[in-house]
Amino acid sequence: MQAIPYIYILPELFLSVAIMSLLMLGVFIKKSFKLVSLLTILSLAFAIILVLNQPSEVVKIFNESYIIDKLSIFMKVLTLLFCLFVLLSSKDYIKNNNIDKIEYPIIILASILGMILMISSYDLIVFYLGLELQSLCLYILASFRREDVRSSEAGLKYFVLSALASGLLLYGCSLIYGFTGSTNFETIATNLNEANKGAVFGIVFIIVGLAFKISAVPFHMWSPDVYEGSPTSVTNFFALIPKIAAISVFIRFMYVPFINVINQWQAIIIFLSIASMIVGAVAAIGQQNIKRLMAYSSIGHMGYALAGLATGTNEGIQSVIIYLTIYLIMNLGAFGCIFMMKRENIFYENINDLSGLSKNHPILAFSFLIILFSLAGIPPLAGFFAKFYIFMAVIEVKMYALAIIGLVTTVVSAFYYIRIIKVIYFDNPKKPFDKNYDFGLKISLILSSILILVYFIYPSILTDLVSSIEVY
Amino acid sequence: MIEIGLGHYLSLASIIFVIGIIGIFLNRKNVIIILMSIELILLAVNINLVSFSIYLQNLVGQVFTMFVLTVAAAEAAVGLAIIVIYYKNRGSINVEHISSLKG
Repeated sequence: MQAIPYIYILPELFLSVAIMSLLMLGVFIKKSFKLVSLLTILSLAFAIILVLNQPSEVVKIFNESYIIDKLSIFMKVLTLLFCLFVLLSSKDYIKNNNIDKIEYPIIILASILGMILMISSYDLIVFYLGLELQSLCLYILASFRREDVRSSEAGLKYFVLSALASGLLLYGCSLIYGFTGSTNFETIATNLNEANKGAVFGIVFIIVGLAFKISAVPFHMWSPDVYEGSPTSVTNFFALIPKIAAISVFIRFMYVPFINVINQWQAIIIFLSIASMIVGAVAAIGQQNIKRLMAYSSIGHMGYALAGLATGTNEGIQSVIIYLTIYLIMNLGAFGCIFMMKRENIFYENINDLSGLSKNHPILAFSFLIILFSLAGIPPLAGFFAKFYIFMAVIEVKMYALAIIGLVTTVVSAFYYIRIIKVIYFDNPKKPFDKNYDFGLKISLILSSILILVYFIYPSILTDLVSSIEVY
Repeated sequence: MIEIGLGHYLSLASIIFVIGIIGIFLNRKNVIIILMSIELILLAVNINLVSFSIYLQNLVGQVFTMFVLTVAAAEAAVGLAIIVIYYKNRGSINVEHISSLKG
């Protein structure tokens, strides 16, 4: 009988205890939303400390079904940190839109626990349970504004399509298990070869399920609707946090159990990547709702991340991780700007409402400008470097077609970002927005703008950190 | 008499799986039918897992099935809750009416 290695799962244990005790607290103390959300933020911060304190060598625990390595630690810190900022920046929106119920932070915390389990999973069962814990919470979050038709419709659509994707993924898992004889990633890797047609068939299902979770084309149809229908604070959460877990699981799946059959999956990933880049660039052009536009923008960005993933090299993975980090910073800033679009406590979400922002709010307009230019990938902002690393990794393995299509779609997508900038700077001003911004919102917007602006001075901070990450 | 082997079980599971998927895409009437189709998909996976588990002489598949069953129950609960709030807002759960978000 082996002793349970508590030291390695402290963050997970702490988060699950925190969820349960916060739930009790919220039930027994009346009107405790403020207290519960404060404690949620504190427990996220404490969980970051616990994750950072984990030993940095590779450890596999629980019968090799759970792994702690540099990739998982980095991704966990990203998840917790950005969740903290998402909660901080959406405080004002939550208060004004009648979703300040104690369940909100607790469900977010539960979905974070699911994501952390997913990131560390080294076994199909653990992976599936983490995924479901995460998605069940996300269904509820999408339909959180109960009295609103659009929010409940978003929740319903997300539920149906996401449950279908989970089903496909699970079918793939069962095939992999049957044809390789194990659910452990390492055993799967040794038993998997190209002659094993059943297992290769299963890989296709798993890729479809994962592509759905990161909303890659052609499995993207849910994301614009869900982004538009859900409350903006939830949209912000959707655009940032589940992508981290899904990308990190994508990396783990492709590079650990399936690395022997790279010839089989590489073409699929390249197709997903090209299709996402093109749809993300073209479909966003006609959008009027800024949340819908952000959905298409995130589809495009996931396409670039998949391009890095398709390379099959370690540089490719590192470029994906850098891309993801910068994507998170940029989207945090962009949603920070969207949260500031309110007049007399009513939030606006159309691009036209931004018109003439530069006259009334020059500083907000300038930071929106930086963020949009960075999303478009214009040097010397951070978004340019993110795309640069991806294309370097792609060119290194001589996939010139992929790199060229990526560059062309970057130019096309610059069009709709610049259209917003035109509205902000050159259209007639409307009534000014409210100026009573929340402190947390200000902090996260300022931080992300500054990080985007000064990234080019010390790009080595991030690249050094990421360059030690390898996938086992 | 034909011997019933792994192939038969797998074919049964894949038929149920395909029925589930077709049920989601061809159904134009009622959201509850979608919920049933999702349930069918998960049950197909369970048949797959159990038959593989017997065939491989390996218990992991049956353990996995237990987890899938629990998750399917939780998923149905959440799905029904969402359908209830949607019905309260719209007064209908007809699939064709779920179209206020598009563009």
